[in-house]
Amino acid sequence: MPEIKELVKQLADKHGRNRESLLPILQGIITEEQSISDVAMSEVAEELNMSAALVYGTATFYSFLDTEPRGTYVIRICKTITCDMKGKKQMIQTIEDLLKIKVGETTKDNKFTLLETNCLGWCHKGPAMLINSTPYDSLDVNKITEIIMEYIRK
Amino acid sequence: MANTVNLNIDGIDVSVEAGKTVLDAAKELNIHIPTLCYHEDLCVAGNCRVCVVEQEGAKNLVASCAMPAQEGMVIHTNTHKVRNARKHIVELLLSEHNADCTKCYKNKSCELQDLASDMIISENMFLDLVPEKNYTIDNFSPSIIKDDSKCIRCQRCVRTCHDLQHVSALGVAYKGDKMKISTFFENSMFDVVCTNCGQCVIRCPTGALIEKNYIEQVWDAIHDPNVHVVVQTAPATRIALGEEFGMEAGNIVTGKLAASLRRLGFDSVLDTDFSADLTIMEEGTELLTRLKKALVDKDASVKLPMFTSCSPGWVKYIEHMYPDYLDNLSTCKSPQQMFGALVKTYYAEKKKLDPAKIVSVSIMPCTAKKFEAARPEMRGSGYQDVDLGITTRELAVMIKQAGIDFNSLPDEKFDSLMGQSTGAAVIFGATGGVMEAALRTAYELVTGREVPFENLNITAVRGMEGVREASVKIENVLPAWSFLEGVELKTAIAHGLKNAHQIMDAIKAGTANYHFVEVMGCPGGCIGGGGQPIPTTPEIRQKRADAIYREDEGMEIRKSHENPEITQIYKEFLGEPLGHKSHELLHTHYVKRKRV
Amino acid sequence: MKNLKRVDIIFGAYTQEKYKVLGETLKKSSDQIISEVTDSGLKGRGGAGFPTGLKWKYTANEADPIKYVVCNADEGEPGTFKDREILTRVPRKVFSGMAICAKAIGAKKGYLYLRGEYVYMLPDLMAELELFHKCVKENNLDFEIKISMGSGAYICGEESALFESIEGKRGEPRNKPPYPTVSGLFGKPTVINNVETFVNTLMIMRLGADEFKTLGTSDSRGSKLFSVSGDTPVAGIFELELGMSLEDFVEDFGDGDTKAVQVGGASGFCVPRKKFKDTIIGFEGVPTGGSMMLFNSSRSMYNVLKNYVEFFEEESCGQCTPCRVGCQQLKLGIEAVKKGEKSATYLDTLQKLADTMKVSAKCGLGQSVANSFSSIVDNFKEEMIY
Ligand SMILES: Cc1cc2nc3c(=O)[nH]c(=O)nc-3n(C[C@H](O)[C@H](O)[C@H](O)COP(=O)(O)O)c2cc1C
Ligand code: SF4
Ligand code: SF4
Ligand code: SF4
Ligand code: SF4
Ligand code: FES
Ligand code: FES
Repeated sequence: MPEIKELVKQLADKHGRNRESLLPILQGIITEEQSISDVAMSEVAEELNMSAALVYGTATFYSFLDTEPRGTYVIRICKTITCDMKGKKQMIQTIEDLLKIKVGETTKDNKFTLLETNCLGWCHKGPAMLINSTPYDSLDVNKITEIIMEYIRK
Repeated sequence: MANTVNLNIDGIDVSVEAGKTVLDAAKELNIHIPTLCYHEDLCVAGNCRVCVVEQEGAKNLVASCAMPAQEGMVIHTNTHKVRNARKHIVELLLSEHNADCTKCYKNKSCELQDLASDMIISENMFLDLVPEKNYTIDNFSPSIIKDDSKCIRCQRCVRTCHDLQHVSALGVAYKGDKMKISTFFENSMFDVVCTNCGQCVIRCPTGALIEKNYIEQVWDAIHDPNVHVVVQTAPATRIALGEEFGMEAGNIVTGKLAASLRRLGFDSVLDTDFSADLTIMEEGTELLTRLKKALVDKDASVKLPMFTSCSPGWVKYIEHMYPDYLDNLSTCKSPQQMFGALVKTYYAEKKKLDPAKIVSVSIMPCTAKKFEAARPEMRGSGYQDVDLGITTRELAVMIKQAGIDFNSLPDEKFDSLMGQSTGAAVIFGATGGVMEAALRTAYELVTGREVPFENLNITAVRGMEGVREASVKIENVLPAWSFLEGVELKTAIAHGLKNAHQIMDAIKAGTANYHFVEVMGCPGGCIGGGGQPIPTTPEIRQKRADAIYREDEGMEIRKSHENPEITQIYKEFLGEPLGHKSHELLHTHYVKRKRV
Repeated sequence: MKNLKRVDIIFGAYTQEKYKVLGETLKKSSDQIISEVTDSGLKGRGGAGFPTGLKWKYTANEADPIKYVVCNADEGEPGTFKDREILTRVPRKVFSGMAICAKAIGAKKGYLYLRGEYVYMLPDLMAELELFHKCVKENNLDFEIKISMGSGAYICGEESALFESIEGKRGEPRNKPPYPTVSGLFGKPTVINNVETFVNTLMIMRLGADEFKTLGTSDSRGSKLFSVSGDTPVAGIFELELGMSLEDFVEDFGDGDTKAVQVGGASGFCVPRKKFKDTIIGFEGVPTGGSMMLFNSSRSMYNVLKNYVEFFEEESCGQCTPCRVGCQQLKLGIEAVKKGEKSATYLDTLQKLADTMKVSAKCGLGQSVANSFSSIVDNFKEEMIY
């Protein structure tokens, strides 16, 4: 808990303490923690001197500002049409088999969370995915396996 | 006039002030356009879309509540396209809605139901989405129930809580099909900053936010032969209850109110006005004591300004938002709670009743009073001082249930012993009223003369301005109060928590310097309370306030200290203001609360 | 490429020296810049196609001393990825276009709103931004650009939602009027343009309005980046003249078996094979922010539609009734018809609902759901039922 307090304070020092700073601060928490807990969020509310319900409402609006606990690596597979046509289902199947989790779940060791997301802007090279903020395109079963294995070894 | 625009609606020309909307212009022509998210007290949202109209030359329909009237506009409010769209929209709302009207608290007083009924929606055009949703009901709060299955997401509550109350206990969460009205992390309303003011409740068009009603419990008590049921009614109920029975806002129904309570079967029909007067005695003395300590003894631990504490919404607000100022709050309990503490002590003694067998009921314009009654601090009598707090609206339901024709009731009086009232007590119901009542008494106490205002009407503290200031110069004081000679007593008044916030920030910043500040949690004071008849608008609140001041002018006694029952209780029971017994029964303390 | 002429303006290396065109342009007056942009006939590349010169002029005419330039890099429309490419390869052109706009309208601050999916580009963009800021200073222009990040919300591409998002709020579109030119970011007069639009304005300064006008048609001046994806052997980004026929496009980009092209992404129109010939890509025909998705005959158009409707159901901001509930009804409705739980005539009810959404939704998202819905249901009705 004290670390999260410290993190929020640092982020507020960096981005400022007005409403405009809210998203950068929440994004900063995501970068460090992958999700925003209620403790973190009430800390943000306090720092910015604003209503906690409004912080919650703002965070939940944005798909990447997760409020549920997430693994260290959040895998987001694009489910929009071109990636869907180019084999998204197979990619999900592959990861599900590799990590023994379903979409929406987190591995027991809290290392990976598997999610779906909307178009990532790599449609010409679908299927595509993000792992945290890094995009991967032109996926196939071999490539995605290799990538995931690499993260497993990390 | 340069600042008007001319437009044409349904073939009729109309000119309106620049800045008005198409909806405003239609109103001028008495053309009714249905609305849901629109509310006179709130900023425009334009999200429900039922108010759409056709504008010639525009490809799409426009939302009349959000569209500024513009020169030369030609508007049609009732075309095929408009009717179709509106009907679709209401059907869509219903498809997301758990429309079991017969089991709904808002049955017959619901804006969605009205619209559906106007449009004669007889079957489901679309699929029922309710089974797809994980709707929850939050009934942990003693004051308010939030039922998401009845919510049409108009955001009136969110705007109320933010724009009027500066609390933002409610916000909008998630997006798309998941979008919902939510507290912080979807905690219960009981566990968040909600002040229980009920302002959202009186603006919610549906049954999604309602008061937690205790109607059945009150009936149970009334019908229980082994208990003695005492009822007290707050000042603001008597000028609003009539609205529930079709009367215009601003009708004074004090006599019918007393009669109806008697017919419902309460054993004793009493008046919170009595304890409002008592509050003035205690709070006035407390103020003078604080002033003395500060001005004469130079005691730095004495906190000024002193804040009034009779509005439980305001009390909870300051506990959450400005906990550093809890010592500035008057320690006086609210009139409801003073009354409650006395019912199970003084009243029980005098009437030779076992306090354990008294059920004390209050009729309040307020939803926060339910929470207040349940506070652990409110057990000065050794029992829960007020057992059941119900709102003006709940009382109206009971009267209807009992088959009483309210409008033809005779005027009756309250019972005695804690049933006597004064004009000063009545005006507690309007913003500025506590201040005026306190000044009437304190000034006289200190100088031996009546306040220097014509007919006792201190008009400077009245009105609907959000924050008002007034000062009274104290001159030619009685010897005991010589330290106040020449002092300019500075006061301020705020109503609605947004305005309270403004005053608090000024005080915090050191830019405001007052001795005494009255704050009422609800816009307009209790007359606009969260338990009052729906709807509420600035016009309705003004009419209710006018009625309050008319009632005051019509009273024989208009100063709290002249209430004979007050003199009696000090003589027989309490001793003196701020005395030992008072401390035990009439004063309280506050707790610091979290801001989430 | 048999039919369509390739153009190379956006990525073309016209100057050796970085920021040369910008430096020269900044010597021009505000009026000169605006009239040149107006002359060029440039229309916005973000989808709506509002004349850029006019937008700048309206904003320049506002008296408020504080104004903003905002670059819309939210690029969330399924099937578009050209703004990412622009920002990767020629970010300085984007910043330059913004600075030219700032000079034209009198703004001192600009924002580039970048979608969260592109956060990986941030380090490179920041490095370029530093050079840019140095350059504007050398040219005595008081202008600074800040990059604001999105966090996964398609609706934030809608201009007023984007402002809300920069302001730290939920990205809920505002009522219009007032329009951004009068009351935009922080309630101040604001020009908001697409990434590509800003690059175009720079190129107009470089080439002159007359040369720019030689490309395209009278309604659709200039060239445009197309993001081509789906069933095509040559997926990627192509700069083409506006005003081409879809038939020519399919001949160049199709796989020989194209049964439909979705023009303009999920919020655009689906054109079936039989209409390729008569369809012009441009503001006079079917407009597009650049997204061209090709489907061959192996694809189920029901799946395509369902994918789109699900996208909107999730990405709607949720504030207004027609869009929030309408999208859910459209999705469940087509599913029910497909499963046989509702008769085929229910599709007509849904079509009418889509029409209501078009005329009554608060913003462009809800209003444009009907585009893909109606064009797919109309043209591929059997696929919806069987
Ligand atoms: C739902 C929705 C999403 C949009 N997304 C984008 C976007 O990602 N990028 C963009 O440039 N414009 C987008 N727009 C259009 C913008 O609202 C706006 O018209 C545009 O940024 C103006 O720039 P332009 O005139 O240069 O095209 C979107 C509009 C809507 C209704
Ligand atoms: S909220 Fe209104 S429409 Fe809904 S069930 Fe209750 S009365 Fe009926
Ligand atoms: S009761 Fe008052 S404080 Fe509580 S949510 Fe409603 S408006 Fe806000
Ligand atoms: S709770 Fe009531 S006021 Fe609030 S959004 Fe729902 S229906 Fe509207
Ligand atoms: S149309 Fe959709 S996205 Fe636009 S305001 Fe309405 S709900 Fe939000
Ligand atoms: S559809 Fe997957 S990246 Fe665009
Ligand atoms: S009343 Fe106008 S949009 Fe709701």
